[in-house]
Amino acid sequence: MERPAWAPRSIDISMPSVSRMYDYYLGGSHNFEVDREAARKAMEFMPGLPKIMQANRAFMRRAVRFAADEGIDQFLDIGSGIPTFGNVHEVAQSARPGAHVLYVDHDPVAVAHSEAVLGDNDDADVLAADLLKPHEILASPQLQRLIDLNRPVALLLVAILHFVEDADDPYGAVAELRDALAPGSLLIVTHASYEGIPLPPERAEGAVDVYKNIRNPLIMRSREQIARFFEGYDMVEPGLVPMPDWRPDTASEDEDPYSFSGFGGVGRTA
Amino acid sequence: MTAEPDGPEDRLRRFATIWSRAVFPVTSTSLTRPEFEQLLIPLARRLKDALRARTFEAAEGQAVGAALVAAHCTDPEALSRALDCVDAYLVLYCGEDGSQEALRTRSARLQHAMAAGFAQALRERTLAEQEAISRAALSARSAVAEALHASEARFRAVFEGAAIGIGIADLEGNVLQVNGALLRMFGGSEQLMLGRKVPEWTHPEDAPQVWRLYEELVRGEREHYHVEKAFYRPDGTALWTNLTVSLLRDADGEPQYQLALMEDTTERRLLNLRLRYEATHDALTGLPNRTLFFERLEKALSAGDGQRFGLCYLDLDGFKTINDSLGHAAGDRLLVEVADRLQSCATAPGEMVARLGGDEFVALTTGTGTEHEVDELAGRIMNALVTPISIDGRELTVRGSIGIVEGPAGERGPAEVLRSADITMYRAKSAGGNRFELADPEADARAITRHGLTTALPAALDRGEFFIEYQPLVHLGDGSVRGAEALVRWLHPQHGVLGPDRFIPLAEHTGLIVPLGRWVLEQSVRQARAWQERHAGAGPLRINVNLSPCQLTHPGLVQDTVDILEREGLDADALCLEVTESALIGADDDLLKPLRRLAEMGVDIALDDFGTGYSNLANLRRLPVSILKLDRSFTQGMQQFPADPVDLKIVEGIVSLAHSLDLAVTVEGVETGAQAEQLRILGCDTAQGWYYARPGPPERLHELALVDATG
Repeated sequence: MERPAWAPRSIDISMPSVSRMYDYYLGGSHNFEVDREAARKAMEFMPGLPKIMQANRAFMRRAVRFAADEGIDQFLDIGSGIPTFGNVHEVAQSARPGAHVLYVDHDPVAVAHSEAVLGDNDDADVLAADLLKPHEILASPQLQRLIDLNRPVALLLVAILHFVEDADDPYGAVAELRDALAPGSLLIVTHASYEGIPLPPERAEGAVDVYKNIRNPLIMRSREQIARFFEGYDMVEPGLVPMPDWRPDTASEDEDPYSFSGFGGVGRTA
Repeated sequence: MTAEPDGPEDRLRRFATIWSRAVFPVTSTSLTRPEFEQLLIPLARRLKDALRARTFEAAEGQAVGAALVAAHCTDPEALSRALDCVDAYLVLYCGEDGSQEALRTRSARLQHAMAAGFAQALRERTLAEQEAISRAALSARSAVAEALHASEARFRAVFEGAAIGIGIADLEGNVLQVNGALLRMFGGSEQLMLGRKVPEWTHPEDAPQVWRLYEELVRGEREHYHVEKAFYRPDGTALWTNLTVSLLRDADGEPQYQLALMEDTTERRLLNLRLRYEATHDALTGLPNRTLFFERLEKALSAGDGQRFGLCYLDLDGFKTINDSLGHAAGDRLLVEVADRLQSCATAPGEMVARLGGDEFVALTTGTGTEHEVDELAGRIMNALVTPISIDGRELTVRGSIGIVEGPAGERGPAEVLRSADITMYRAKSAGGNRFELADPEADARAITRHGLTTALPAALDRGEFFIEYQPLVHLGDGSVRGAEALVRWLHPQHGVLGPDRFIPLAEHTGLIVPLGRWVLEQSVRQARAWQERHAGAGPLRINVNLSPCQLTHPGLVQDTVDILEREGLDADALCLEVTESALIGADDDLLKPLRRLAEMGVDIALDDFGTGYSNLANLRRLPVSILKLDRSFTQGMQQFPADPVDLKIVEGIVSLAHSLDLAVTVEGVETGAQAEQLRILGCDTAQGWYYARPGPPERLHELALVDATG
């Protein structure tokens, strides 16, 4: 039975949250023991997980700056999680003061924390909503206030699509969002994949299983499958690539081998 | 800031580069390494200044340690690497020319301070973040709790305010919660409702599948079911509901509760029952009506092998008279009393009594022994009617005629059975009434034909299906044709030519005889007029036309006859109206008056079928009759040779009597010459019969008359 829109999800902090695990990988303390326990278990299989997260953060930072350089001043970050250092609004607003940022997450703790972090930042807000219900996001008063859909928007789907199973039709949700965006908008995506992980797949599967056990399965997709999220977009150079290879600021020999796991890319609507 | 190669600034930057290369791999910053290095330069400068300061400031070292934490170097390994780096390179790159010994000591103390500052900052950051996330969790929880509370309140309002009854029970059938509407439906207390398990809520009228569906649901094999179900209220009355039961599962899909939604349909059901009762019962007597009877009859007739049915079709004798004389109210009371008595005759299972309408009732018996049961039933009904019924102080004797149909199920339809019963009832009625008759297929067939003819009669007259044949009347003295008797025929589209005996009684019964008789008279008179014109020299040809008893009493008889004669231009004395002897038996003056009027005008009146009706011979004198037509039975005895002497004597006597009363005698059924001769000798005046001619078209008479005239 479909949960009515007004019936909130329950909060069970005895269950690990992917947002708080992500924070833990990045050395933060916005997490509880259950989160750390699950994260440590995943790291037993993939000790370099924090490096992937770091590469993910760095990619996001470069992509946001790229968007700002392109003249985009409104950012829609779906699956924003626990606000950590180097957030979208920090990066965007330092590049373009006054840029509007709307964070969206379905984890009520992440949303509550975001609210606390954003405080009296008038140009940024957070919305509790689900990627799979794009109409709820698009029709929300928060979006109406901050985002003008008649002008280009940078839509960030960073490290979120790999938490949506095909059965829930993530492609449909992404397409629905795309159709709401003005020409010249950007889609910024990172996605987990077995491709690029410097480990035999069996080891990586151990980490994947951890997510399965916390009822937040990690869907590893191939590059081709990930590329399909960009349907209707023109890929920005250099296309869909390992994250450190996307418009790097420095030579990538500095990079940890783990950071080449998965893919990142940016597309532009025609 | 530019730095000259290997100058102090350049050396400071090289130290920062080494430091950033050492620490960057273990940081979680999203900065690039060069950016990170830029971040370290001011920290390196601070360390350099503290290294070379006159007095040692621990706060400087602590600030650098804290700055590392602020730059997201929260991993202890980052501190370790930073200290390694400071230990190995700070004095080397930033010590310049001071005392190595003093510089190394100062560096060591700076490292201690850095470590302390790092630890202090990390501790504060960790606590702050823990505090922040806890607060976030708490506020999220309270938001959720608030929303839950609101939704719980909404649910509670829906549950309590719902117009339909809602009950929740576990899978063992323990009732956990019921809403107000449900309590009101049952009229019981919550305690009473919660005290009973669901499987105890049985009712004798539960459909067979109700509890099977229930079992399937609580076993998790069925998601929901919908039934019409009755419950006992605590006061023992029945509560009828439209009941929907759904299985509620938990988040893992395990069956957990059963949810019952019920709508009180008791009143609607009562209304339906009442409407159904009203639609199937007779308002006057309360007996089942035609609709219900047909349903039951249909059921009885479609019952399985070995099942039989018996049907009594009762029509009260003379009910119309009672209605007409005592009024409808009395008639209705009589019907109610009859209904009550009939009801008491059919009390066994499988028996029923119904009122079809008017004074027609039926009693039905079903089962395997109806062959004798139906006779007993008919007997009981006849008996029940024996005692007079008292209405308005009068004792009314009620009689009835019953038609009985009995037979095996599965052979005939209800309409056929009822028609057979109806026909049989009429047979009982025409046999005098106050009796019952058993259906007989042959009698049915006859009646069916009769019925068909009766209904076809009016249209037949309109469509011109009747025609007239004429049988010559011959003068016995000279053998000349003196006239003809008009005999009406019906050319029926299916049955062919039918004689008057087949349809005149039916026409009498329906009253069609009046227009039919008028038509026959008109045609015959016209024909007679036509003959007279063609045989002016052969003397007047007369025409005999039959009058039925019904026509005799019709008030328009005289006027119609006069009109027709005048219109067609025929003299009254050319017309003879034949009236049967039986129609005039016991006739009073009122009946005879029109005949007298006609006779005075010159119309001859013949007494037809004379000798069959036991007429009072003395009475003949007062009848306006001028001709006796001897019935054919008298002439039959003269067909053989020698003729029956008794017949001869009788005919001779009648002729003598007639002549003495100034009546002419006509004989019918003359078939042989010997007969004709004999009758002539006996003094009969006129004859008709096959010896002369069979009835035929008018042209045939014309020919006979011509032969007669020329021969």
